[in-house]
Amino acid sequence: MLGLGRKDTTLFAIVVLVTVLAPFLLNPFPADSAMAQFNSGYPDLMQRFAIYGIFAIGFNILFGLTGYLSFGHAAFLGVGSYSAVWMFKLLSMNVIPALILAVIVSAIFSVVIGFIALRRSGIYFSILTLAMAQMMYNLAYSVFSNPAMNLTNGETGLQVYASDPQYLKGNGPDVTHLFGLQMNSTYEMSVAGWKFDFGVGYYLCAVIMLVAFYIAIRIFRSPFGIMLRAVKSNQHRLNYTGVNPRPYNLAAFVISGMYAGLAGGLLACMDPLAGAERMQWTASGEVVIMTILGGAGTLVGPILGAGFIKYFENIFSKINENVLHSWFHWLPESVQNFVVHVLSPFFGEGWSLTMGLMFMAVVIFLPGGLVEGGLRIGRLFRRRPAPTPDAATKPAE
Amino acid sequence: MDTLILQFLNGLDKGSAYALIALGLTLIFGTLGVVNFAHGALFMIGGFCAVTLQKILMISSVTLDPTKLNFLGKPTEVKTPYVEVFFGKDVGAFIVDWSVPLAIFFAIPIMIGVGYVMERGLIKHFYKRAHADQILVTFGLAIVLQEVIKYFFGANPIPTPAPEAFRGSVDFGVWLGFAPDLIIYPAWRLVYFIFSLVIIGAVFAFLQFTTFGMVVRAGMADRETVGLLGIDIDRRFTVMFGIAAAVAGLAGVMYSPISSPNYHMGMDFLVLSFVVVVVGGMGSLPGAVAAGFLLGVLQSFASLNQVKALLPGIDQIVIYLIAIIILLIRPRGLMGRKGVMED
Amino acid sequence: MGILEVKGVNKRFGGLQALGDVNLSVQEETVHAIIGPNGAGKSTLLNCLVGKLIPDSGSVMFDGKSVLGRKPYEINQMGISRVFQTPEIFGDLTVMENVMIPCFAKRDGTFRLHALESVTHEKAIREQAESILAEVKMLEKKDFHSGTLSRGDKRRLEMAMCLVQQPKLLLLDEPTAGMARADTNNTIALLKDIKQRHKITMVIIEHDMHVVFSLAERITVLAQGTPLVEDTPENIKGHPKVREAYLGEAQV
Repeated sequence: MLGLGRKDTTLFAIVVLVTVLAPFLLNPFPADSAMAQFNSGYPDLMQRFAIYGIFAIGFNILFGLTGYLSFGHAAFLGVGSYSAVWMFKLLSMNVIPALILAVIVSAIFSVVIGFIALRRSGIYFSILTLAMAQMMYNLAYSVFSNPAMNLTNGETGLQVYASDPQYLKGNGPDVTHLFGLQMNSTYEMSVAGWKFDFGVGYYLCAVIMLVAFYIAIRIFRSPFGIMLRAVKSNQHRLNYTGVNPRPYNLAAFVISGMYAGLAGGLLACMDPLAGAERMQWTASGEVVIMTILGGAGTLVGPILGAGFIKYFENIFSKINENVLHSWFHWLPESVQNFVVHVLSPFFGEGWSLTMGLMFMAVVIFLPGGLVEGGLRIGRLFRRRPAPTPDAATKPAE
Repeated sequence: MDTLILQFLNGLDKGSAYALIALGLTLIFGTLGVVNFAHGALFMIGGFCAVTLQKILMISSVTLDPTKLNFLGKPTEVKTPYVEVFFGKDVGAFIVDWSVPLAIFFAIPIMIGVGYVMERGLIKHFYKRAHADQILVTFGLAIVLQEVIKYFFGANPIPTPAPEAFRGSVDFGVWLGFAPDLIIYPAWRLVYFIFSLVIIGAVFAFLQFTTFGMVVRAGMADRETVGLLGIDIDRRFTVMFGIAAAVAGLAGVMYSPISSPNYHMGMDFLVLSFVVVVVGGMGSLPGAVAAGFLLGVLQSFASLNQVKALLPGIDQIVIYLIAIIILLIRPRGLMGRKGVMED
Repeated sequence: MGILEVKGVNKRFGGLQALGDVNLSVQEETVHAIIGPNGAGKSTLLNCLVGKLIPDSGSVMFDGKSVLGRKPYEINQMGISRVFQTPEIFGDLTVMENVMIPCFAKRDGTFRLHALESVTHEKAIREQAESILAEVKMLEKKDFHSGTLSRGDKRRLEMAMCLVQQPKLLLLDEPTAGMARADTNNTIALLKDIKQRHKITMVIIEHDMHVVFSLAERITVLAQGTPLVEDTPENIKGHPKVREAYLGEAQV
């Protein structure tokens, strides 16, 4: 179906189902129960799942297939956001022109950066992308926010003001919308204690993510995808097989840059504000972590990784000492204090520490990420040798 | 002329830090073949060694002074650091005042220990794996180290003052025959520059003139052959990792009065130090040092008002621009050897 | 006029004259071996043919066109395939995918953005790949991860990857180096088979005299970067200069 193989169709169908039903699935606990803090089915967070899913899917097309480890992909995310906000400022709050410009501008940037960075491979490529992204961050943060040419509005961040021209606005709304359908409008459904939110913004992000995911599957299963995996496996042989690896690498780089730009544009559509911190190298590091945690080179890995990181970043980080105490209230007081004392560095503010440790553990023990972990567990239960996952990967040089 | 000299001097302290971190990075890369993204964290831990020592020295005994009453009519608390109790008021105060330089002796064993544990416990297992894996695992380690420090010391920078004697400025211009007050330079930055020269000199002398260093250099050039000679090169490389960690740590200790240590200072310096290493030439120690100073000074010149008027914002991006240009026209860097990481 | 014409090729590395005035003419549909003692310049010559090295002077004409200054992938597109000393394959990919890549390269050229086409729908390419795998007796292993294959199988696979492109010239760089006797004989049988079936022109660089004399129709002896003689195997065996320079030290 849809030009996919049977296994891929099943996978895609599952992802579609989960995405559509996410408002239910992510709110499994009644709204006023103690467990409600683990609910993540509110539109703000679900949007981020989808948007960072797109970001990671795109990153995976570059890293997972070719093995080129970019440490500067957040630059394209930022470029996408800035472009989108500019469209809001100049035209109207309609998201379509914003997203189109975001993708086009990030494509242009990734052609230039990719052309330069791909002249080198391995560690040099990582450092070159890192350097160029940091440079773009500095440009956005300070250089392009001078009075003569204020492209980014520096520290404050680029936003829409009432004085902006908005030539096509007419009587359109003041919030981001899709031909009148406002991004922030939600429909709330209550069923016996449970509350479910259906946001327009989330469903826009979800549909776009599904399209992005579908395209990624097609790329993985295409001759082009095989060529990219061949680049990772043995670039030397590829050269002597009559294939010029460089345009393939550049194409992969640009595609993944466009994915990042699309994600950045969507971020701006959900909240029309673009700041330079979105381009910082820590943000680039984040997408690296998402992709590898989920499973680089696998199809669903990046989505899983993005969801995982964003879930824990928003939910795990709210667990403070009081919450921990309430969890362990059944223990004798001294034991309880001790347990909470030991655990507290890893929760709440310390979530980054937990994430760092988890990331290290995955790199060391589980190079295929959560997807490989899941497959291993699955094999334990099925007790028969399962075929190797699609392009089970170890990151290459 | 005087502004140029001043800018030059201003570039030296940053340049010294870049050079020291890049030197360690290159040592680790040259010996172990590992790209260490956690090296900036070692610099940061060095800075926090200074913080820790200062805190230890400030541990005080609290006595009540019944002769002075506070506004509630109770005796005021008088804090006396234990060092002053033990060594007397003058010596004790001196020790507290000099806590940053003293932290050098405190930091050396700690840094070597941290380096040793890092190498034996983690990095050892990654020699045979792809460079991307090495980058990833050390990147993870950097996050972990930085979060641990954040947990213990908080997110805010902690001021660690230089000794009283070096807190002022020196009139550098007078030494060079300029009129007074033209070239004023903070004394501690001068100390930092000289200190870094000493450390760099010591590392080079160690590699050049000791048998140990000779073996390491031979191992850097051709690991297999040296291994075949029956020399346990891995052990020596472990030691070199400890030394590289100590160099980064000392750079951090002495930098703490220039910029108060915070938990993410390591990452900030790391990105630039990588650029330095690449510009200097992967695997070249003199290249790392030269490029460190060069980029520090260039950055300083680029922040001159006249230059900024001509090219707005150039100070923010000059290092990256130079790195990109050098990598494109001279992929091996300024002093890189052929064949290092070429494929 | 041969399909491959090397004229007056010189190559120096610093003070070392690796190749000195090499002339070589390879006729179509022959197996031409280049032999010579270690350091005779065999590999340097081969690298000049495939675009890895550029000679200091001289010309290398293939099929009437110069190969000098072209990139390895361009030279491959002209019809030269190469087998390496240690088999170079795509270890992370399946055997089938390994063979399909050269098919795509042959059909689509050095680059094509076929990102949304499906590999499963490439019927013609699959058939091509499967028939060549059958020929080298690897068909039943087509879904194996090629990195897990034995060395002999890797060699077969690499050979299949070259043959599937139907090259006009196949270059083999010591195809039996480091192999056990049985594997060597298998490789010889495979090459003989290929020669018969495909009528392909081959240039073999080889150390092992057994291999050379089982396969070659013409032999060029290289010593110190210069061709000593070029002749048929029978004449080479008896040639006094060759015995002196080379065969004296080897077992024939």
